[in-house]
Amino acid sequence: MYRTKIFDHVILLFGVFIMVAPVVVAFMTSTHEAADIHRNGLSLTWGGHFVETYQTVLTRQGGFTGKITGFNMMLNSMILGLGFAVGKIVLSMLAAYALVYFRFPLATFFFWVIFTTLLLPLEVRILPSYEVMNTLKLTNTYTGLIVPLLASATGTFYFRQFFKSVPDELLEAARIDGAGPFKFFIDVLVPLSRTMMAAIFIIMFVYGWNQYLWPTLMTTDEGFFTLVRGIKQILLVWVGSNIPDYNEAFALAILAMLPPVMIVVIFQRWFIKGLTESDK
Amino acid sequence: MSTATDLLPASRGGTGTQTGGRRFGAFRFFGGQSKSGGEGVAKRVQFSSPFLPYLFLAPQLAIIFIFFYWPSVQAIQSSFYLEDPFGFGSTFVGMTNYTDVLKSGEYLGIARFTAVFTALVTFFALSIGLLLAVKADGVIRGNAAYKTLLIWVYAIAPPVAGLIGMMFFDQHIGPIVELARWFGWDIKVGLNYFDTAFSMVVVSVWKQIPYNFIFFLSGLQGIPVSVREAAAIDCRSGFRRFWTVILPLLAPTAFFLLIINVTYALFDTFGVIDVMVKDKAANNPITLVYKVYMDGFRGNDLGGSSAQSVILMLIVFVLTIFQFRFIERRVHYN
Amino acid sequence: MAAITIAEVSKIYHGNVEAVKSVSIDIEDGEFIVLVGPSGCGKSTLLRMVAGLETISKGTVTIGSRVINDVDPAERDIAMVFQNYALYPHMTVYDNLAYGLKNRKTPKAEIDARVAEAARMLEIEPYLARKPRALSGGQRQRVAMGRAIVRKPAAFLFDEPLSNLDAKLRVSMRGEIKRLQKRLGTTSLYVTHDQLEAMTLADRLVVLNGGRIEQIGRPLDVYHRPASTFVASFIGSPAMNLIKGQIEGGSLQIGLYRIELGSRAPVEGAVTVGLRAEDLRLAGVGEDAMLFQVDYVEELGAQRLVHGTIEGQPLTIALSPEMPLSGDLAVTIAVDRLHFFSPETGKRLERGTSFAGDAPAQNLRLETAS
Repeated sequence: MYRTKIFDHVILLFGVFIMVAPVVVAFMTSTHEAADIHRNGLSLTWGGHFVETYQTVLTRQGGFTGKITGFNMMLNSMILGLGFAVGKIVLSMLAAYALVYFRFPLATFFFWVIFTTLLLPLEVRILPSYEVMNTLKLTNTYTGLIVPLLASATGTFYFRQFFKSVPDELLEAARIDGAGPFKFFIDVLVPLSRTMMAAIFIIMFVYGWNQYLWPTLMTTDEGFFTLVRGIKQILLVWVGSNIPDYNEAFALAILAMLPPVMIVVIFQRWFIKGLTESDK
Repeated sequence: MSTATDLLPASRGGTGTQTGGRRFGAFRFFGGQSKSGGEGVAKRVQFSSPFLPYLFLAPQLAIIFIFFYWPSVQAIQSSFYLEDPFGFGSTFVGMTNYTDVLKSGEYLGIARFTAVFTALVTFFALSIGLLLAVKADGVIRGNAAYKTLLIWVYAIAPPVAGLIGMMFFDQHIGPIVELARWFGWDIKVGLNYFDTAFSMVVVSVWKQIPYNFIFFLSGLQGIPVSVREAAAIDCRSGFRRFWTVILPLLAPTAFFLLIINVTYALFDTFGVIDVMVKDKAANNPITLVYKVYMDGFRGNDLGGSSAQSVILMLIVFVLTIFQFRFIERRVHYN
Repeated sequence: MAAITIAEVSKIYHGNVEAVKSVSIDIEDGEFIVLVGPSGCGKSTLLRMVAGLETISKGTVTIGSRVINDVDPAERDIAMVFQNYALYPHMTVYDNLAYGLKNRKTPKAEIDARVAEAARMLEIEPYLARKPRALSGGQRQRVAMGRAIVRKPAAFLFDEPLSNLDAKLRVSMRGEIKRLQKRLGTTSLYVTHDQLEAMTLADRLVVLNGGRIEQIGRPLDVYHRPASTFVASFIGSPAMNLIKGQIEGGSLQIGLYRIELGSRAPVEGAVTVGLRAEDLRLAGVGEDAMLFQVDYVEELGAQRLVHGTIEGQPLTIALSPEMPLSGDLAVTIAVDRLHFFSPETGKRLERGTSFAGDAPAQNLRLETAS
């Protein structure tokens, strides 16, 4: 019995090593100078150039037009992540509320209209979506970056499932207590959904922050680049140069993963709950 | 057996999303529907109001119509047209775009690679995720720490994972390249087709392990202690116990993850691939989604790209139907 | 405070399922009415129609002088206590009690006064600042009661309010509800599937079965004169014994036993005979008796239930535990304690009334056919 446990820990530690080591190496290497990395390869030790590298990455004008800094990209990522998460929660709570708590003739029809969006991911309709954005003149805007990503039903289904699990009697008691549709929503349902909202917020923020394909299509103006969108630009510059700026590339990668990783680690409990138990 | 299946909450298998998810809420939706019967009517008591529900639905519906239905219809429509390269109108060509695509050796090659890539990524991401989950479920000491350290990679965006992967597979500084050289294997990512494919699979699997780990672990923890105790009394061999009791109870979770992983490998690896092939797709392995992107945005072949989009839609559609059938059967068992 | 009139009320769900079938009940001001019946008998549906949570398919419900068929639940001047309490989990006890009053724009000072009064009455003052999850089951139950009381409604509606409590707490809460209702004098409609709860709480009880009223009456009247075999077997514990018999020429034939009924015989022909377990007793020496073959015995402490058969028909007898038991028993019953029901309709058959001057033959007289 004891021996088996040791063996279990060995496997787990190896798994942790595989998952963690690349990121630790990326971080450590980012604190070395480019020439140093070019000579000695990746590093597991502290290089001592943390402050200057990250300062450069965050503040230096970069890209082809020189319009964008790491800090700007981080800001754009933040706008995308927050805008997406908040938009998702507001839209889907309202829609789920209508679907679960109201009796109206077209309910089933609208239910299917919304449900169908789950069948087709954005990736299979990128080109026509891009055309639509062009027609609407929404390329290179925050609206164009965020709103089309909201055109899916995941959040609605999370909330619909959750609302259905709220005991019927709460609505009945509230109605006898004289609460109408707005009062019930604000006074009872929203406070009850707080945990659910937090969980969905975390998942959606990470999802929004990590968007790559859509921002790549929507933003050609570097002023709208997000960190994740900027990754490829970094690589293009890096490929061309003599001594590649490995350190800066790693630093940007670390910055790009920092906020979502922090959120997932800090709010791990809610995050897992939201991911796996959203129908409670 | 049926009793044991009942004990596992259906939700374990039928929940969740892919990276914040879009499509597979459907999975749980079907499960929920089969159990509760009627659709739309959820509450014994509902409000009735002539305009309020429409008011609440309006924002969601407006966005869905503009950014989902309009482009989807356009994709289907333009797959039957040939776009003039200079943008002066288009001509109806019927199924030509489809036959062109399906006859193209290049397309079929990419389809074959996509299938192999998907199978490998799914298999390894699932097995490693399951192995780690079973071990993490078994140990008591350090359980929480293992959990945190194993899931955090979930939060890393695919292209960022691709970037880190590129470094590890770099010709000059990549430790994996050095390691392989030891065994006499000279990895040349970006130049050698097989080597590039290998690195893409490694990075894609790495990125997906945490997701599978989370679901398998919560699936395992959802198995009631009483069932484990009953199994411990009935069966002495731990491995056999896992094989005959635990694994069947995890089957719904595993099936759900199978679908999620297939769609992950098909679509969400776009970022990994885009970073790793660095716009030089010519000699490199790419997936079907990447091909749609290349043809549509680099090749300006609107019709061909749309036809490919529609083919992908059909694949997703078949996957969804498959999953729906499975759920029905499972519900029927219960 | 008001009377409630339920007049020929039906509930028809889509698909023509009739859950409640033309039910009429007149509830007097201040009366405590209990709707009792097995699950699916329509008792909750009826209550929910009075509350306004279900629409009324046919008939009318009047509270006071107002027909409230189309009135919003909040406007009906009723308060309801739910089985799972339906407390708002995110609000403190105080806010749970005050919510309905706030929605009615009651002045703050009056809300405070009413909540304080209700809390004092229910002894939940120390918990006013707590959330429901920090309370025990019994305390939550009190809060649910409090939420009804503060409103000072014309009627209380209770939907199985005690079934989530453990047995001991249920008995004490039962007493408290009764006490509270008497003190406030508020008209009450109470739904339960527990016949004991129904018997102890009700001024009058309404036994429902399959959407229809089987019987309305005061608890003891229902117990002593059940209107049907359904009521007979539902009210009272252990359930009334129902066995087959035949009446011919004024005497009742049970298997080989023939019992003289004289003018008490309700009809001629086949009947269902009802015998309460507690009406059967051991026959004294020299008394006519039936042979009761014992199967097994349940000891309840104060009582002893003996299960067995007479002439092959299963019966339960309640005996004092002091009596020694030995093998089979000789049992008897007073003739006027026999109940008769039609075997076809299950309806009660009234005994003949023409025997008023007759010397009452209290004891069973048997002729054993040989």
